[in-house]
Amino acid sequence: MWRFLLPIGILVIIVGFFARGLTLNPGYVPSPLIGKPAPQYELPRLKDLSASVGSESYAGQVALVNVWATWCIECRHEHPFLIELSRSGGVPIYGLNWNDDRDTALAWLDTLGDPYVASAFDPTGEVAIDWGVYAAPETFLIGRDGTVLYKHISPMTPEVWAREFLPRIEAECGELPCSPLPDER
Amino acid sequence: MIPELGQVALILALSLALVQATLPIAGAALQRADWMALARPTAIGQFVFVGLAFGVLATAFLGDDFSVLYVAMHSNSALPSLYKFTAVWGGHEGSLLLWLMILATWTMLVAVASRSLPEELAARVLGVLGIVSVGLLLFTLLTSNPFERLFPAAFDGNDLNPLLQDPAMAIHPPILYTGYVGFAVPFAFAVAALLSSRLNKDWARWTRPWAISAWMFLTVGIALGSWWAYYELGWGGWWFWDPVENASFMPWLAGTALLHSLAVTERRGIFKSWTILLAIMAFSLSLLGTFLTRSGVLISVHSFASDPARGLFILALISTISGGALVLYALRAGRMGAEGGFRLVSRESFLLLNNILLVVAVAAVLFGTLYPLFLDALDLGKISVGPPYFNTVFLIPTLPLVLFMGAGMHATWKSMSGETLARKLVIPAGVAVLLGVLVPWIIFRGASVLTMVGVSLGFWVIGAALLEPVQRMLASNHAATVLSRAQWGMTLAHLGVGIFILGATITSSYNIETDRSVRPGDRWEVGGYEFVFRGTRDFDGVNYSAVEGEFEVRRNGSLVTIMTPEKRIYRVQRSPMTEAAIDAGWSRDLFVALGEPLGDGAWSVRVQVKPLIRFIWLGALIMAFGGLLAATDPRYRRRKVAHEARVGAGASPESV
Amino acid sequence: MRWYVLSVCWLLSSVSWAIDPEPAFDDPVLEAQYQSLVHEVRCLVCQNETIADSNAQLAADLRREIRRMFAAGATRDEVVEFLVARYGEFVLYRPRLQPATWALWGAPVILLMIGGAVFVRVLRSRFSQSMAEDDTP
Repeated sequence: MWRFLLPIGILVIIVGFFARGLTLNPGYVPSPLIGKPAPQYELPRLKDLSASVGSESYAGQVALVNVWATWCIECRHEHPFLIELSRSGGVPIYGLNWNDDRDTALAWLDTLGDPYVASAFDPTGEVAIDWGVYAAPETFLIGRDGTVLYKHISPMTPEVWAREFLPRIEAECGELPCSPLPDER
Repeated sequence: MIPELGQVALILALSLALVQATLPIAGAALQRADWMALARPTAIGQFVFVGLAFGVLATAFLGDDFSVLYVAMHSNSALPSLYKFTAVWGGHEGSLLLWLMILATWTMLVAVASRSLPEELAARVLGVLGIVSVGLLLFTLLTSNPFERLFPAAFDGNDLNPLLQDPAMAIHPPILYTGYVGFAVPFAFAVAALLSSRLNKDWARWTRPWAISAWMFLTVGIALGSWWAYYELGWGGWWFWDPVENASFMPWLAGTALLHSLAVTERRGIFKSWTILLAIMAFSLSLLGTFLTRSGVLISVHSFASDPARGLFILALISTISGGALVLYALRAGRMGAEGGFRLVSRESFLLLNNILLVVAVAAVLFGTLYPLFLDALDLGKISVGPPYFNTVFLIPTLPLVLFMGAGMHATWKSMSGETLARKLVIPAGVAVLLGVLVPWIIFRGASVLTMVGVSLGFWVIGAALLEPVQRMLASNHAATVLSRAQWGMTLAHLGVGIFILGATITSSYNIETDRSVRPGDRWEVGGYEFVFRGTRDFDGVNYSAVEGEFEVRRNGSLVTIMTPEKRIYRVQRSPMTEAAIDAGWSRDLFVALGEPLGDGAWSVRVQVKPLIRFIWLGALIMAFGGLLAATDPRYRRRKVAHEARVGAGASPESV
Repeated sequence: MRWYVLSVCWLLSSVSWAIDPEPAFDDPVLEAQYQSLVHEVRCLVCQNETIADSNAQLAADLRREIRRMFAAGATRDEVVEFLVARYGEFVLYRPRLQPATWALWGAPVILLMIGGAVFVRVLRSRFSQSMAEDDTP
């Protein structure tokens, strides 16, 4: 008798998973870096290639690393909010300019404003690969000990900031602006 | 004016379908002849109105009516007329209307043919088809209306995706859907049998041509999709185990099992619950495919715009239609009546194995396709399951299947001596193994074990399929009449499988792919052919502009062909396309694609030599042709009265 | 977000960065190793393609990194670890054997065995039935 119940049983299970699947996003790739130390890197600054910027620049602080490019339409959408964040967010934003042309990128920042403490110039994408970047814009929240606390893919918005970033920053240091860790070097 | 007519037509079709779905089935249960008689006219009426709606949409496309949102999104005034017509099914809403059109056509054909069926069965079958129609019509009208207006009307349309502006892409959906949707008919027959709690050999004989016809179209549809992907998409691959490809392949596997199971039920009246389950499975997998393409639950190159709300509706459809059928199955399948016996070595035994192995194959493909979803839903991480998994795993049930297939063709019903069977097959088996070792080594100078196994199996199936016909033809004066049409059908279908196996094995084992940069005048060698790059030129097409490269191909010094791959830019969407150049041949395809200009006239190019790849689609076509022969065997067209007499006398057709 | 990625992939048919300007390695063993891996890594941008077939810039970048690692003597496992550490298991089309995928890799074999058991059971009952049929005159 049970063998006749098997097909409907299997259908119920499959339909159940499908119903759950409708709420999921199959193309979203969660970052394996969360909870792990952020990649170490040092790259030329976009605005001054003779100077460098990298993970050392924000060591000991809570920081945002924002991956952007001029060919990325959604990066333009989030840009005004990033400008606002750079003024009043209390957390420094470091840019990672990904697979881009330097002249276009400089012109972009000139026209739209520069929310970044500094942007790292990564035309070959080597550092971006270390960060597991696959879809600009991406924004990483780095803790004071250099751990990746959170990664957000798609444009930053006030809602995302309030919902995902602020709670984690507050858990890290209680209130903004975050005081940097004492320099142990 | 006109687009709204289409909507009205669909609403009228829905009302007819509602009647068709309810009264005849109730009438069959209550023995009300007047209700049962409603089945045919409502089915035909539904066909007329759905056809009308389809015609209205087609007219809107051909007439450049950009006040209809769907037309504006998928067409353009500069689009060639053929593609204006095929653009009707270029998007979700229109393809759903195509689905409905094809379902209505099958329903109408069943209605016309049902005059030779008992009234109760006809009423139930058409009733179940009506239920499916109601579901799809509701889905269309409530969530996916193709006649929605755009206000203000667009000045010109968005143009059809250039990938779809192609003859093979134009007919792939209609043929695929004809197969996919066609499995609704055996499904309806199965549910009708469950409703009446009765199933006999006659039922199997009536259901079989419908199942074979649907299977035939699905075979061609899948082959077309594979062929199109080969020359249009990407770089010469012919099967990607993409979730939507799997979604069309699983009904095909279940349908193949169904065909064979029906053969046993028709001949000996056994395997009844197997056959019913397979019929339900085949159509349920079709519905599943519809769900996967439109819900966004799995990543696929085929997905229409994904919409969870629509996905939910289709899920409700699946739950009602398949769920309902399977509940009925759980309740009634056990009552199907006494079954007959058979021995270890017998045709029934081989066909049982066939059923089991094909179901294992379906389960394996389904499991692999859905596994990433399972893990994600259970919060166990995100993985990918792709060709490396499927290529390995698919062989697990199919290698034994192909092996037994060759033998099964020669087994007799009920029981047979194992020795007789072995003696009959020892020569084809020996020849197959010999060729399987020699052919790869002699022609290609090297072979892995898997390659030799594959080639042997290919020759094994071909030999086993041709053994009986060839023996009979040699012994007789009238070559064509030695077998009945159904037997010729079986022979060709299995022959097609063998040819397919040869093609798939050889091309997977010996495909050569090279990337390089070339300057005009460069010569280089790939797979025994010498290629010479002559340079590029610019030119304009109907709705695109292009750069064309010229490649001379030589073998042993003499010219084989000139190949001209292109890179096109379609003007309206500004979307560019790479058109690879393919030199087709039975023994091999040559494949050249232009990459990027590297400066100074240099280009990166990809050149491939693909031996025996045409055998893949040739095998599929021969399979389908075999199906056509089997479906049109005269014994399916005998009149009801005459057949009742024959059944009484106990006669039944030979072998198949 | 998803529609944006999909439309980017349609547009990417324009560029053919999937085609490298030259073979990766002169050494046929290394070349075979490279080709085999590159046909099993999923492109994160155009997620229906391998990085060997994808025209996305990221695919070309990843191929470059993989070439670099093989040239430096890394083993296939080391390269795979590198990719998974950055992108997760999602990036591999051939799922690695781990507790979460035991069911995946085990299922086909188990299904085959169940199928075999069903076959034996059905055959036994049919066999005894055919014996009974032979006995009845």
